[in-house]
Amino acid sequence: MNRTIFRLSAQAVAGRRRGLVLLLIPVALLVLAVVIRLLTEGDVGVDATVGLGFSLALPLVSLLAATAVLGPEVDDGSIVYLLAKPVSRHVIAVSKFAAAWLTTMLLGAVPLAVAPFVLDASDPARAVALGVGGAVAGTAYTALFLGLAALTRHAVVVGLLYTLFWEGVLGSVLTGVRWLSVGAWGHQVAHALSSAVSDLRISSGYAVVAAVVVTVGTVWFTGDRLRSFTLRGDE
Amino acid sequence: MSELVLDQASRWYGNVVAVNGISMTVRPGITGLLGPNGAGKTTLIAMMSGFLAPSAGTVTLDGTTVWRTTSVYRDIGLVPEREVSFGYLTGRQFVLANAELHGLPDPGAATERVLEVVDMVDPAARRIGTYSKGMRQRVKLASALVHDPAVLLLDEPFNGVDPRQRLHLMALLRRMGAEGRTVLFSSHILEEVEQVARQIEVVVSGRHAASGEFGEIRRLMTDRPVQYVVAADDDRRLAAVLIAEPSVVAVSLRPEGGVAVSVSDFGSFAVRLPRIARHEGLRILELAPTDDSLESVFSYLVGG
Repeated sequence: MNRTIFRLSAQAVAGRRRGLVLLLIPVALLVLAVVIRLLTEGDVGVDATVGLGFSLALPLVSLLAATAVLGPEVDDGSIVYLLAKPVSRHVIAVSKFAAAWLTTMLLGAVPLAVAPFVLDASDPARAVALGVGGAVAGTAYTALFLGLAALTRHAVVVGLLYTLFWEGVLGSVLTGVRWLSVGAWGHQVAHALSSAVSDLRISSGYAVVAAVVVTVGTVWFTGDRLRSFTLRGDE
Repeated sequence: MSELVLDQASRWYGNVVAVNGISMTVRPGITGLLGPNGAGKTTLIAMMSGFLAPSAGTVTLDGTTVWRTTSVYRDIGLVPEREVSFGYLTGRQFVLANAELHGLPDPGAATERVLEVVDMVDPAARRIGTYSKGMRQRVKLASALVHDPAVLLLDEPFNGVDPRQRLHLMALLRRMGAEGRTVLFSSHILEEVEQVARQIEVVVSGRHAASGEFGEIRRLMTDRPVQYVVAADDDRRLAAVLIAEPSVVAVSLRPEGGVAVSVSDFGSFAVRLPRIARHEGLRILELAPTDDSLESVFSYLVGG
């Protein structure tokens, strides 16, 4: 972990317009939760809000945070200023991941716990379970999207396709896709902690292991890609 | 004292060869990498700085392969042509971040020292986004110098820099070279390279076209047959007297008028032409070089 890289990455996330968009996502989720709470009785909105949070808000926050710490620097080549240093590429990857991960936890996972609590304060255990599930999924999402940003300039598009098409459309039609869906892993972990969360019928042990493997694997991959970073001239 | 050695280094992208089997040794002092745009200078510097894998051949710094070796950056300072995009940082913050990344014992002191070297102490409190081209170039240089590297690589450092800043930058490079650092910079302007570099490496179309002291390179570039078109009130008579000149190697009458002349020694031709004209009573209407562009100089070097 390199504090300078972490600091510069955190500035990259918070700076520009991206920081504002990042903030809008959890705010929208919480506003939605408050509105549903005010207009309805009981816990009608919990499943819908949690579903929206897990399948859309969390991956979007992870995608924006992960691509913010790496994407623009790779795109305009200014990452050479960070790479022309005797700092291990894996340390750089881990530091960038840490900055993006912190953002995902604050703006992605925490709201996932707050929203169900706003909707139904009678079941705090469920809120905590969803928050932990969100943290597990958010960690894996962030790592996965960081790896994507190191692999391709079109990380945002590929990340959106993965989230919306693979996890969203295919995941809802073919149950087998859940085994390869980061969101489903987090959901399953939440179910293991609170039975009030629906069961996706994948082993929760598998879900945790898969999330760890994806996280470690893609962060390591990011470091390796950075080691082979190629500076392209204008010619 | 460090030596950067390229041994048959090549780089191709698919069917396009950007750098073709270049071998050179960059020694302490200042080396100018001269070549027209698109000659492969940036590709070469990317390979020298470990940001591009050679497709064939090797690039080593004091015996260590540069590609994928993170520790070489202890000894290399790189000033890429690419702009600094950390516009939201101040110059001082940017240089300080570079010092910290190098793990220097006192990054703050190193930052102030190098800001003084590049003469950027005052503007360092301003954000990089507000800098002029020359200031950005100097802040880039500061970031590359902050760890006191033995090797300094600069890609087109004088591009877009105003004349006063250019002189300052040149003086700075000379000092770096005099201190025993291995300094290499690229440029497409011969005069620029001549003013700073002792050693010049010429690259054309990805090939190593020439290598030597600036005097040799200058001679190579100027002592070549130069083509002119001379038009006079009597072209045929002008051609007849010109061919008698020792400095003239070929003369032909152009169908559209004028005489095409090949000159081997431009100096004496320039002195002789007005005298001939006056002696013969010829009126010279036009004198124009036909191939004085740098590209033709380079292509001459490649051909010969």
